[in-house]
Amino acid sequence: MSALWFVVSRLARDRAALVGLVLILGLVFSAVFAPLLATHPDDVYELHPAERLRAPSAEHWLGTDRMGSDMYSRLLFGARITILIGVIAVGASLVIGVPLGLVAGYYHNWVSDALMRVSDVFLAVPQVVLAIAIAQTLGPSLPNVILALSVTYWPWFARIVYAESRTLEKEVFIESTQALGASPWRLVVLHVLPNIASPIIVRASIGMGFTILTAAALGFLGLGPPPPTPEWGRTIAESREFLPNAWWYAAAPGLAIFLTVMGFNLLGDGLRDVLDPRLRRGRHRAA
Amino acid sequence: MNESRRDPEARHGFAGARPSGGGLGAISGPPARTIAPLLDIVDVARHFPVRSAFGRKIGAVRAVDGISLAVWPGETVGLVGESGCGKSTLGKTIIGIHAPTAGEIRFLGREIGHLPPRERRKVARDLQYVYQDPGASLDPRWKVRRLLHEPLKIHTRLSRKQRDAAVQAILRAVGLPDAHLDLYPHELSGGQQRRVGLARILTLHPKLVILDEPTSGLDVSVQASVLKLFRAMRETFALTYLFISHDLAVVRTMCQRLAVMYLGRIVELGETAAVFADPRHPYTQSLLAAVPKIGAARVSRTFSLEGEPPNPRDVPTGCRFRTRCPLAQDVCAAEEPALREVGGQRVACHFA
Ligand SMILES: Nc1ncnc2c1ncn2[C@@H]1O[C@H](COP(=O)(O)OP(=O)(O)O)[C@@H](O)[C@H]1O
Ligand SMILES: [Mg+2]
Repeated sequence: MSALWFVVSRLARDRAALVGLVLILGLVFSAVFAPLLATHPDDVYELHPAERLRAPSAEHWLGTDRMGSDMYSRLLFGARITILIGVIAVGASLVIGVPLGLVAGYYHNWVSDALMRVSDVFLAVPQVVLAIAIAQTLGPSLPNVILALSVTYWPWFARIVYAESRTLEKEVFIESTQALGASPWRLVVLHVLPNIASPIIVRASIGMGFTILTAAALGFLGLGPPPPTPEWGRTIAESREFLPNAWWYAAAPGLAIFLTVMGFNLLGDGLRDVLDPRLRRGRHRAA
Repeated sequence: MNESRRDPEARHGFAGARPSGGGLGAISGPPARTIAPLLDIVDVARHFPVRSAFGRKIGAVRAVDGISLAVWPGETVGLVGESGCGKSTLGKTIIGIHAPTAGEIRFLGREIGHLPPRERRKVARDLQYVYQDPGASLDPRWKVRRLLHEPLKIHTRLSRKQRDAAVQAILRAVGLPDAHLDLYPHELSGGQQRRVGLARILTLHPKLVILDEPTSGLDVSVQASVLKLFRAMRETFALTYLFISHDLAVVRTMCQRLAVMYLGRIVELGETAAVFADPRHPYTQSLLAAVPKIGAARVSRTFSLEGEPPNPRDVPTGCRFRTRCPLAQDVCAAEEPALREVGGQRVACHFA
């Protein structure tokens, strides 16, 4: 708890990180309270052909789409989908990538080589391309988008955990814990993992932004959840035939995606500075 | 070698003639021949492969290159030599951090050098290593309390309550206040970290403790109190120490016996008093020449030897010391001298 407070208070001192934090908190707030914040909460599923393609006004703050639904309300509900995709895909990538990275980092034999070769293969293919291939094969749906993103993102975690373990293993306390008679399990879970948590958290934050961007790209290509899901990427795709007149139709979801991705990246960069163990240890020594 | 394995004492000079009145008195006299050694290592080697940029093995660092040594219960054996001569590597090979490249490591009568990992870890309960840098050897994210509970969690089935009691007891034994339990290692001084490191190991009541340069990096007054602590712990817990150091003045006060290492091998082995009184190996002689006399200022300079020791990747033929030895002859390049008995010691020199 005090550690969390330490991180937040240090983040607050870094302007860019603070902006990131505010953006992400805003996103989460919008998603959680979407039904309350929305001016037309039912518009996600209801059609109002008479109201279609209205410009922003007091009634429709961000205008309406081709079905006459309120853009602002749809964006709020879209935030839920965005967060759902990001959290589950990054969570699954963590669950797959971290243990594999730890195993590869612990062993010094063909196991490490094999695991790292596999993750290299994944990393060699651009994530969007691989995700498109997977989503295309499995068919457009929310679970398939999440699956495609998880399958393509875990190697980042495996890589980072592996590299960090290899650096950490040179620390004397790792050897001294082994000398004490600790099992590999105890060593890796209780000593290695907590000491490499910071870069994992940073990568997870940046990964959220990256995954959300890729999810939007899949949505844009029609590989995301089908209509009427208010997914941001697909909303932009829909807007194309009404541009440039209905500019708000593309601008609103575009801005939402942009702010979300930027928020996670700023937060990730800020966390990198705050959590960097070298900086932290230096601080303690000075104190 | 087979013969020596059956009677390890024969290798170390206890069976043969001893200088009468060895000087250290009853407590440090040689162990009775009937007692088996606690640790008995035979021809142990540990080489580190040297690889090219493409991972091909292109050579080996012969850090430890054929060492036999026995340690009896209750004694403190010093292991001295210049930095890089393989002292730590020998210690870490004994405790299983490094697998031996060759040789046997017998502990409590059992060969432990080739046990499966699970069995090997259990040996740690009786055989522990105290790292040179106590600060670096404690997990920076763990508080002292958790660090002290850890060995008990690994090796015993004590309840939380029983562990708490054991931790309290050990804390008192090493002279740390309870308040320190809730501190992180970096919040402690070097001497306190040393005590925590020792407490962590002593809760297990090990039989043999390897101390790796336990006084290096500490200033003289802290050094004295730490040495005092080691002596007190030796009495309290009936410990046996293998005491690695390059500080001969410290070794002299701590150790009953002394092994002098040079480039991965033992060149002289005997009772501390005897070796100090009458060093036989030219390397030992030059080491002792550099030891400050009592009363003189302590210089922490290493040795008064000419030049650097050769690279353990490229060990000289014959006697390893010949490249720096004032006595070197042709025979030294041709033949590696074996450890043989000379007076009360065992010495590996053609001219001892
Ligand atoms: N893990 C290792 N890998 C490769 N070489 C090593 C390793 N550990 C030690 N060495 C080498 O072995 C030699 C002996 O080192 P060490 O045992 O640390 O000496 P000492 O403790 O006597 O100073 C040195 O040349 C050192 O570079
Ligand atoms: Mg050393």
